[in-house]
Amino acid sequence: MYFPEKPIFPGLLFSFVMQQKTIFMRNLTLILTMLLIVSGAYSQDGVFAYKELPSVAMQNIKGIAFNSTNITNNGKPIIISFWATWCKPCIRELSAISDVYDDWVTETGVKLYAVSIDDSRSAPLVGPLINGKGWEFEVLLDPNSDFKRAMNVGPIPHTFLLDGNGKVVWQHTSFAEGDELHLIDLVRQLNKDGKLTE
Amino acid sequence: MNLLKKNTYLFSCLVFFLFLLPVFLQAQDILKGSEVHGSMQADAIYYLPDDKIGITDSTLDGKTIRMNGFTEVNYSLGNFTAGLRFEAYLPPLIGYDAQLNGVGVPYFYVNYKNDFIDVTAGNFYEQFGYGMMLRTYQEWTLGYDNSLRGLRIKLTPWKGITLKGVYGVQRYYWEPYKDYNRGIVKGFDADFYLNDIFSSMNDAKVKLTLGGSFVSDYQQGSTKEVAQNGKIYLLKMPVNVANYGGRFNLNIGGFNWFAEYAHKINDPTAMNNYIYKNGNGIFTNLSYSQKGLGISLMSKWIDNMGYKSNRTITNNMLNINYLPSITKEHTYALASMYSYSTQANGEAGVSGNVTFHLPKNSKLGGKTGMTIALNFSQVNGINKKAINDTVPVDELGTLGYATSLFSVGKEVYYQDANIEITKKFGKKWKGIFTYLYQTYNKDVIEGHAHDYGTIYSQIGIADVTWKITGKNSLRFELQGLWTKQDKGNWAAALIEYTVAPHWFISVMDQWNYGNTDPEQQLQYYLLSAGYNYNTTRVALSWGRQREGVICVGGVCRYVPATNGVTLTVTSSF
Repeated sequence: MYFPEKPIFPGLLFSFVMQQKTIFMRNLTLILTMLLIVSGAYSQDGVFAYKELPSVAMQNIKGIAFNSTNITNNGKPIIISFWATWCKPCIRELSAISDVYDDWVTETGVKLYAVSIDDSRSAPLVGPLINGKGWEFEVLLDPNSDFKRAMNVGPIPHTFLLDGNGKVVWQHTSFAEGDELHLIDLVRQLNKDGKLTE
Repeated sequence: MNLLKKNTYLFSCLVFFLFLLPVFLQAQDILKGSEVHGSMQADAIYYLPDDKIGITDSTLDGKTIRMNGFTEVNYSLGNFTAGLRFEAYLPPLIGYDAQLNGVGVPYFYVNYKNDFIDVTAGNFYEQFGYGMMLRTYQEWTLGYDNSLRGLRIKLTPWKGITLKGVYGVQRYYWEPYKDYNRGIVKGFDADFYLNDIFSSMNDAKVKLTLGGSFVSDYQQGSTKEVAQNGKIYLLKMPVNVANYGGRFNLNIGGFNWFAEYAHKINDPTAMNNYIYKNGNGIFTNLSYSQKGLGISLMSKWIDNMGYKSNRTITNNMLNINYLPSITKEHTYALASMYSYSTQANGEAGVSGNVTFHLPKNSKLGGKTGMTIALNFSQVNGINKKAINDTVPVDELGTLGYATSLFSVGKEVYYQDANIEITKKFGKKWKGIFTYLYQTYNKDVIEGHAHDYGTIYSQIGIADVTWKITGKNSLRFELQGLWTKQDKGNWAAALIEYTVAPHWFISVMDQWNYGNTDPEQQLQYYLLSAGYNYNTTRVALSWGRQREGVICVGGVCRYVPATNGVTLTVTSSF
């Protein structure tokens, strides 16, 4: 399971506390910081794991409403990849996966949801683009980045790996040629051991 | 007592720890269900003086180190979520608005959500339909944030029906809202997914969605004095400005058609020279796709559709609605040198896209297949006629002009015809080859008074990746831009070496070899290296940044030429 070994955020929050003038803000931050520390220390599963996906309204490319809680795969692993039509590394990542996707599905049963954060400028191009390229992923539209925000995604591409119970077990930002090999290794490990050991 | 007063802060910490810690400990069961997530980014630049691009010690004025940074933390427990974002611009990077200078928490909210109701108090981002009536969003790289602070309620009274109501004031840099210093925005929106509402339509091949929105902006002051040409005009102002409209999305098999129409009542502002004309906008797209082929045809017609919650500002902030440009967004350095941005006062545009895949082992596709994408877009002004013989077009305090729906003006604002071919050569090599022909009306797009005219440019790009081994790869880019106008010809080259999953190093040079002034035939070299660990990325670069305009969506930011060392850190958890 991924979480930073030495979390940097409590430190950042504390330094930010010192900047604030009002007692109210000091206390609010203090509470949040303490919640962070205390709950981090005492909850067994770690507060930094997405135990289930937040519920956010999106659409599929047919214009049909799709809620993020419907991202499922019959107990098999799920990959969620945030991308956009204008993001070259995202296209490289999805193209690399598309080349081997049939084999991946046959071997591991994994399913990939490609969440496009294209806004209304380029969202109309998503359907034609994925069909034009012959991709067979489930594609979802998130035109005002609501799901992106709920998943705390910054720069894209950003890829999540979920286990069969819908819990996020790994995430990664950016793409380099060869990253897809690592990703499928993690899926295999998940199928074999039910968890990641890295 | 005095001691305690001096240490109120420490004292309150102590109280919290003593009293709240046991509460938290006892609440372990609840806390098991709680989650903490967040993200952060810091961009810091150490600027170097560089006479050739006009940066001297005096322009830097001692502020050689600048930083933009944020940290966002979200806490959730069951149906409840709360979060905040801390931002620091100390001082803001060159090219960002100086008003960002400062430190604080511009964004915080609490949210409660179940299957029926979703309530947010605090800051929120929202979009109605395609955004022509209301869209609030944040774009960190542009320094843009028009979030609403107030209250939002979303209801799902029936499967397939979504109702939204919003009420609030927008963010304007660090300026607090007080005494109506900007407008109060109210909005209502409804979406009807007919196939979900009527069970008989659940599995129908025809999918239909209908929607409608109403937005109103209250600004104080029923009169306003405006000085122009040495005279002072006293204008009557509409206090509430409404913007409303409807939309649909129809899907039948591979066909998809949507359209949105918006109508705005008279809204005299500094952006439209205080004219009293109503505004209209239409945005529509028709597409067809099947496996291996995608076609889309988009068009947009807007007339006086700028909509801000402060009628006197002329910068890019406080937009209530969103008017996307329909031209293709390019990311290669030279292809994005002349990129279009929406002209809210009136434009008529079309855009067509065709993407098709030639399969493996076909005559044209070769052994590995090939993808071809064609794109054409053109944007003109709209046809504006004088309302009568005595009043010139756009005259302050008048109806401005007359036009008819879908009228197209003679002046070309922008045109872009391009082709992109993606091809693999065996298992180790692949390439993307792009050719573009762009027409850029610099005077209109950048708002100059007939100084520069129109720029015609041809651009060619080869982007080739060589997969050396499974995890090592080299990528090359070679780009050329040829034009007789503006700064003349450019060439650019890039080499990038990546070792998955952690490392990359790249070197890039852009060379303005065709500048008619030999002194200005500059090289913009940039050396970068970075390290990725899961969701954390650290990148360091050194070199020159070319002057240009960065546009995302309908908003653009001017970036002056700079030279320096840049450190970027991003992370999320």
